[in-house]
Amino acid sequence: MGAPPIEVRGLVKQYGEIVAVNDVDLTVEQGDIFGYLGPNGAGKTTSLRMMLGLIRPTAGSVRIFGRDPQVSVGALEGVAGFVEAPTFYPYMSGRANLELYAAFDGGDGAGRIDQVLETVDLRDRAKDKVKGYSHGMRQRLGIASALLRSPRLLLLDEPTTGLDPAGMRDMRELIRDLGERGITVLLSSHLMPEVEELCNRVAIVRSGSVAYEGSLDELRARAGISYRLRTTDDSIARRVCEAQAGIEDVAEARPSGLHFKAPGEAAVASLSLALAESRAPVIELTPRQASLEQVFLQLTEGEDRAAEMAAAADEIEAPA
Amino acid sequence: MKAGVLTVYRWELRKLIAQRRTYLGLGAAAAVPIMFVIAVVTGGGHPDEVAFGRYIHDTGLAIPLVLLLFGSIWLFPLITALVAGDIVSSEDRNATLKMILTRSVERHQVFAGKALAAATYAVVAIMLAGVVATGAGVLASGFNSVTTLSGTVISAPHGLLLVGASLLVYMLPILAIAGIGLLFSTVFRNSGAAIVGTLMFSLLLQLVAILPGLSGLHPYLLSTQFSAWQGLLRTPTDWDPILRSVWVCALYAVPAVLAAGLVFLRRDVAES
Repeated sequence: MGAPPIEVRGLVKQYGEIVAVNDVDLTVEQGDIFGYLGPNGAGKTTSLRMMLGLIRPTAGSVRIFGRDPQVSVGALEGVAGFVEAPTFYPYMSGRANLELYAAFDGGDGAGRIDQVLETVDLRDRAKDKVKGYSHGMRQRLGIASALLRSPRLLLLDEPTTGLDPAGMRDMRELIRDLGERGITVLLSSHLMPEVEELCNRVAIVRSGSVAYEGSLDELRARAGISYRLRTTDDSIARRVCEAQAGIEDVAEARPSGLHFKAPGEAAVASLSLALAESRAPVIELTPRQASLEQVFLQLTEGEDRAAEMAAAADEIEAPA
Repeated sequence: MKAGVLTVYRWELRKLIAQRRTYLGLGAAAAVPIMFVIAVVTGGGHPDEVAFGRYIHDTGLAIPLVLLLFGSIWLFPLITALVAGDIVSSEDRNATLKMILTRSVERHQVFAGKALAAATYAVVAIMLAGVVATGAGVLASGFNSVTTLSGTVISAPHGLLLVGASLLVYMLPILAIAGIGLLFSTVFRNSGAAIVGTLMFSLLLQLVAILPGLSGLHPYLLSTQFSAWQGLLRTPTDWDPILRSVWVCALYAVPAVLAAGLVFLRRDVAES
């Protein structure tokens, strides 16, 4: 078995006092559509730049199919993508830009220009100068320039940023399609729903560090099930919940009631009995799977923000 | 075909052809000699204070030689800086470095291709100015014999040969200016700053040349090398200023290009 498409170990990038990337470990396996998820400023783009050999790590290593991109661009053979928005020479046409990139690739990419323009639906505008292109067209031309390299690995940095809803849908369909063709994709994004829709594995970064790496299923399991509880007396109910074995993370829900986490249904059944005995009979007891958005916020912004979001969800779902 | 320096060089030339600033520089290189000749024809006077100035009505071959002297003050350094000062920083302006450096050409190949393209443009611009000045001069004053700086009269064909050779010697300081423009372009990452900086550097050296008490420095100033070609128009040929120009210009150009290359190889492409 060959080296994984991306293997990052102990990666650090420091600008003076500021640590942009802090001890990142990451492995992207063959065939993954890997979500690299984090809020703006979490260090995603800096990590991608180091993976592409554009900036030097302060410490740690990057291996792309086992090779170090800092040593030679030869390590990027079969690798394509872009960081931040893809960029072009505005005074040349879309086609001329692709011809330039194909020439810099040195392979047979020039012969596939029509094909990749067709894939990204830009064939009709290929003769126009890039300075007249919309943001969405530039994003699609960026994908086209990446496809010229017949990549085995695509690194895409926020490819849907700035696109309208239809553009976002088309871009996601394109990424899904590329994944189905067997191309390994590293997709950097700050949008959990996007990652949830496209990716099988994910790394969540916060302040330059990886807070979670694994499959989305494991992440969902880690999120656990929370329960919403309404009784005739919330203050008694809260005391009972906090005293009950197996009941965790008790918090107020809005506009009324409580929510809590429990490892299994037995603890919830015991709680139900205890509430009845304490003269705070249950009006509503509803299990709810925590959304990945909540888990993401919990990992990137802490418990408080996740609880706020859960409370807001409670408010929306609460009976009038 | 594997991509390399030649690939980058070809595409840099193609990019130059697609940009307006290229034509601005080349246009100036062609227009200024024509304007000069029109002024000579309509004005009737001649700039006695510069070498060959007094012969501009006698032979058209004197026109390019006078133009070389006038052009060295700011015109040719500016034309050279227009492209040399932009060739790397334009990648910062368009944020395209991240795109080209993740293809299959190494950084040193990208840099070498750009340096060669900047040098090619400078050579083409000076040659264009020389050819236009010679053509316009011959039309205005005729294809006649030339009186050298030693007072010897040489035939027109011989004079034409020496004008061509003078243009070649003139390339030495022009290429040094291009090297400095390349350095500023790489370090400043801003075309305006690099172009103005290159021109300022050239003007500063001319200022040093006229400061009293610094005459010992004159032979080693870049501005002095713009007159080295005059050695060809002496009888016998005075090779000293030409040979000195070779190494003095190299002394300016080589460290500038090496420093630019080092900065380019080591820089983090973080903003573009």
